[in-house]
Amino acid sequence: MIHKKIFIPLILFISFTQIFGQIVVKKSDKNSSIQEAINSAAPGDTLFVEQGVYYEFDISITKPLTLIGLNYPVIDGEEKGNIIQVASDSVTISGFKLINVGASYTKEYSAIHTFNVSNFTIENNIFENPYYAIHIEKSKRGIIRKNIIHGNAKVESSSGNGIHLWHSARVEIIDNKIEQMRDGIYLEFVKHSTVKGNESRKNIRYGLHFMFSNNNTYDNNVFENNGAGVAVMFSKNIFMRNNTFKLNWGTASYGLLLKEIYDANIIDNIFEKNTIGISAEGSNRVTYEGNNFISNGWAIRFLGACYGNKLHQNNFLNNAFDISYSGRLNGNLFDKNYWSEYTGYDLNHDGIGDIPYRPIKLFSYIVNRTPESIILLRSLFIDIINFSEKVSPVFTPDNLKDFHPLMKPVK
Amino acid sequence: MLKILKYGFFDLMRSRWSYIYFLFYLSLGFILLFLNQDVGKAVITLLNIILILTPLIGTLFGVMYYYNSREFTELLLAQPIKRSNIFLGQYLGIALSLSLSLVLGLGIPFLAYGIFQSSEIFNFFILILIGAMLTFIFVALAFNIALIFEDKIKGFGFAILTWLFFAVIYDGIFLILLLVFDDYPLDKFALFTTVFNPIDLSRILILLKLDISALLGYTGAVFQNFFGTNFGMFSSITVLSFWIVLPVTFIIYKSKRKDF
Repeated sequence: MIHKKIFIPLILFISFTQIFGQIVVKKSDKNSSIQEAINSAAPGDTLFVEQGVYYEFDISITKPLTLIGLNYPVIDGEEKGNIIQVASDSVTISGFKLINVGASYTKEYSAIHTFNVSNFTIENNIFENPYYAIHIEKSKRGIIRKNIIHGNAKVESSSGNGIHLWHSARVEIIDNKIEQMRDGIYLEFVKHSTVKGNESRKNIRYGLHFMFSNNNTYDNNVFENNGAGVAVMFSKNIFMRNNTFKLNWGTASYGLLLKEIYDANIIDNIFEKNTIGISAEGSNRVTYEGNNFISNGWAIRFLGACYGNKLHQNNFLNNAFDISYSGRLNGNLFDKNYWSEYTGYDLNHDGIGDIPYRPIKLFSYIVNRTPESIILLRSLFIDIINFSEKVSPVFTPDNLKDFHPLMKPVK
Repeated sequence: MLKILKYGFFDLMRSRWSYIYFLFYLSLGFILLFLNQDVGKAVITLLNIILILTPLIGTLFGVMYYYNSREFTELLLAQPIKRSNIFLGQYLGIALSLSLSLVLGLGIPFLAYGIFQSSEIFNFFILILIGAMLTFIFVALAFNIALIFEDKIKGFGFAILTWLFFAVIYDGIFLILLLVFDDYPLDKFALFTTVFNPIDLSRILILLKLDISALLGYTGAVFQNFFGTNFGMFSSITVLSFWIVLPVTFIIYKSKRKDF
């Protein structure tokens, strides 16, 4: 790369120092402005922004540039609008601290907004009090990495999302930390993307929320303490692995809500202390394998229209209800799971219990029909009817069984 | 009255059954905490045991004690002592000694495992308080039954039936009503019905204090709004107190008119 150096205080110098290919923006002078530096840069230049506070908004990047903040320079949007608008391919923004994005009820103001671009990189930035932090529209082949987003969302109607993607493809969202936004990560019409190693906590609505987003991979993420957990809807070919869904505890919370999800793999995830671990509705051909369901109210709740799901090698540990199910079996298969409430025996010591396990208690069936009856939870009467139903099933689906319950938890 | 209370109390304190009852709770507490270091989980397990056991032991002990000390009671009746004093003294003696077994039996192990450092301290106290109240309620009910039935066998049978009714049958009827009328909004009805069963009332009170409350969903919201607040807490303790006061009043009423 050609080296170019421009000191903004000495704007006249620009033309003389173009040969260096590198621009340094300094805060030592009043006139220093990132926008001006961008205007004066040539495509493919690198801008170094030095430490300081820059009061700017609607910074528009219209040519391929690399913006690098040295020691986290602060760009304060003073709540006026977007802070950085990316309108060109191949833009990199790294090492900035972006604060105070204007909230609006009509426009989705964000700290970094890209529209119709490709090959963008947004990494190592800190966002504080953004309305939307990163807003990607109609963009392709981007990387969003190691950003820290910290909002102070209080009500859904007046807050925005951490990382918001709309109509985009092949974006990698990696190792970001998002707290206290409306939705931590929001994807709509996003294809072939990866969400990996992110931590999304304390968001007032969903930790992760996606709709109409096919062929995406989600792995090694942590979703904790979000208002309503994680909601995924109307998507095909989803791959979720090694994620942790934790502490989504409240009257309308769940670890993971699946609605109209087809052909997904949910593998090796941990669901711990959620009111409902997974709530599935209209989800077909989903494979659940190697997941740990620990101390949830309901581990998995199947509502209507779930066909051809497979559950095997999962651990169900100390959940108030393991499975709640309504309707017929519909080709859903439960096999070789470990259930901590299983009381059978294993005479031939092959690690598989000799009597099938029925994961649905009578009480869970009753609660499904009449939610008010949950008030009888932990009553002696309920223990008695659960026991009698276990001995001779009458109400619970007769064929919903794990024929090979494991004697020891899967590791 | 105090003298009779003291007599009844010490008589029971010396008896084998109080020791067994005390030792049972003591070992239960230690075993629970030994198996599960988590005090919070131990409190939940205790909930089930207390809700079933304290009413049962209270009822059986109450009836048994009344029938066993019948001759002594008749002797006292010949003395110039007020009838209400005799029966109240006996009642308080047995209720106090049973509650003491419970409080000490569970208190000692939990103290040893550091309940004071735990955040569950408040829940634990509520649990013990409710256990003691249930003892008082069911001993009073048992005394009423024993006063009504001269025949021991009938008395015992009826006492066990009473316990069974509150612990199991009531919930069964309640559930059937819920299932039959599930087209109607039932949350207010459910709230109202629990008041008439001290065991249910205690169970829900503790469940809502523990964080299982989220399981209750939107139905829970109604309950949480009532029981979860200080007002609800206060009013449910008041209702439980009524459950003590009413049967005790009836003991006094009945004993005054009874022909021995």
